[in-house]
Amino acid sequence: MSEQTSPATVSKPIPSITPDLAEFFAGARRGELMVQKCEGCGVLRFPAHETCANCLDRRAKWVPVSGRGTVYSFNIMHQVYHPGFAGEVPYAVVVVQLDEGVKFISNLVGIKPHDIRCGMPVEVIFEKINEEITLPKFRPRAGS
Amino acid sequence: MSLRGKCAIAGLGQTRMGKNFDHPNAMGFAVEAVKLALDDAGLTRDALDGLLVNPGITWSENQMASFSLQQALGLRNLRLSAMMNLGGATAAAMIMHAVQAIASGMATTVACVFADAPLRPPSPRKNGGGSAAAYGFARGLNAAYGLFGVNAQYAFVARRHMHLYGTTSDHLGAIAVAQRKWANMNPAAQFCDTPMTLDDYHKSRWVVEPFHLYDCCLVSNGGLAVIVTSSERAKDLKKPPVYILGMGQGHPGGDPMDTLVSGAPIAKETAFAMAGVELSDIQFAELYDCYTFTVLVTLEDYGFCPKGEGGPFVADGKTAPGGSLPVNTGGGQLSSFYMWGMTPVAEAVVQVRGEAGARQVPRHDVCLVSGNGGILSTHSTLVLSSRV
Repeated sequence: MSEQTSPATVSKPIPSITPDLAEFFAGARRGELMVQKCEGCGVLRFPAHETCANCLDRRAKWVPVSGRGTVYSFNIMHQVYHPGFAGEVPYAVVVVQLDEGVKFISNLVGIKPHDIRCGMPVEVIFEKINEEITLPKFRPRAGS
Repeated sequence: MSLRGKCAIAGLGQTRMGKNFDHPNAMGFAVEAVKLALDDAGLTRDALDGLLVNPGITWSENQMASFSLQQALGLRNLRLSAMMNLGGATAAAMIMHAVQAIASGMATTVACVFADAPLRPPSPRKNGGGSAAAYGFARGLNAAYGLFGVNAQYAFVARRHMHLYGTTSDHLGAIAVAQRKWANMNPAAQFCDTPMTLDDYHKSRWVVEPFHLYDCCLVSNGGLAVIVTSSERAKDLKKPPVYILGMGQGHPGGDPMDTLVSGAPIAKETAFAMAGVELSDIQFAELYDCYTFTVLVTLEDYGFCPKGEGGPFVADGKTAPGGSLPVNTGGGQLSSFYMWGMTPVAEAVVQVRGEAGARQVPRHDVCLVSGNGGILSTHSTLVLSSRV
């Protein structure tokens, strides 16, 4: 993790592109949310793992998913654990359950933290941090 | 071969707890705790032939913690030694391992130890001394999204419970208030002199919603040790034996957000069968309480109430002093001190012996103790008793 500082602010932590997340971040730069798919049993997973916990097969590929899902759970962070978030508290962190079943931890934009509800339909957006890192985040969408 | 009642807890050693800096690191607290436990049992260190250690969060550099502690204590010729870590389920799991070793003849007298020193002394630069920063870790994507620490992970699970079952902040607050009432009668509790109403609870600052400050445990410096030996031997020692009637573990795997169930149902099955007890035999309970929410889930998972009804179950104060099911009678980790799984074990020993003073529960012959680690990931159960 690297930190950029300016006289006024400290940036949020920027994730490094570890080998297991290279395809994830490549997808995010293209505007695609990628998850791992086991080539043995077809189960999707995220975060990345070397081995499928469902069938123990090591073969996997990265596949795009719809980026649509619902809020499975969320919290509202009030404590500042990193100075990059000092100006944001209270902010929400959400667990999105994607339509394909995988859970993805992220942030929800375009909504106040206290208006978030479990079950709320959401869709992915992509927030460019720098030339290398784009972070998938989510926004509310009209429910079905 | 049943292990029911074969062994007992014969000694308890507890250092000062909380924002104390009596030792520069966890090892110092561990040594003091073992010394106190030996004194309590009326034993000298020569009696020990087993040493089990649950390293706290500040022992990470110490990959052979039980050997390091052996050296620090000057112990020779041990027959059992291990560092164990199932998070908050470890304390009871160490006791199980000790019982198995003693019953099988591998050892006779085993010290089980937890110590930690995550709090730093106040410095001129920071008016700290109370920071729980050691538990605020995050890396990679989680950090980028601002998801830091264990509080935030448990908050996800608690939110699911609220969403599915209608659990409220009032319900969580009822647990915090009940335990504070117990702490107000415990001179060793950090909040002994600080009463708390449900209103006080609601006014306490948010840490991470749905958790207020008083939903979260008191990260502490300190050390706790118990001495486990055969019941035969324990009868001849200084303190009344606390017999170990039943023991079990349960580690469900998977995602606790999906199930909202701890490992308690699995661990209970083994422990209660060994002990020959039913839930109605349990007179009081010392339940792992890293958060109020953990107590609520644990009560459900042992079957004190159906799944999802933990909130209404605790709302009437039945777990508070004078209630029908005393729970966490020393104030627990929420109002007394956080020593992982040793907090409930220690209070159980004090109560079963009848040494709890103003907070002594009237019926104290059969006690349920639970440990819980990770995010409802690991679980251990003990059934302790004043008689076999």
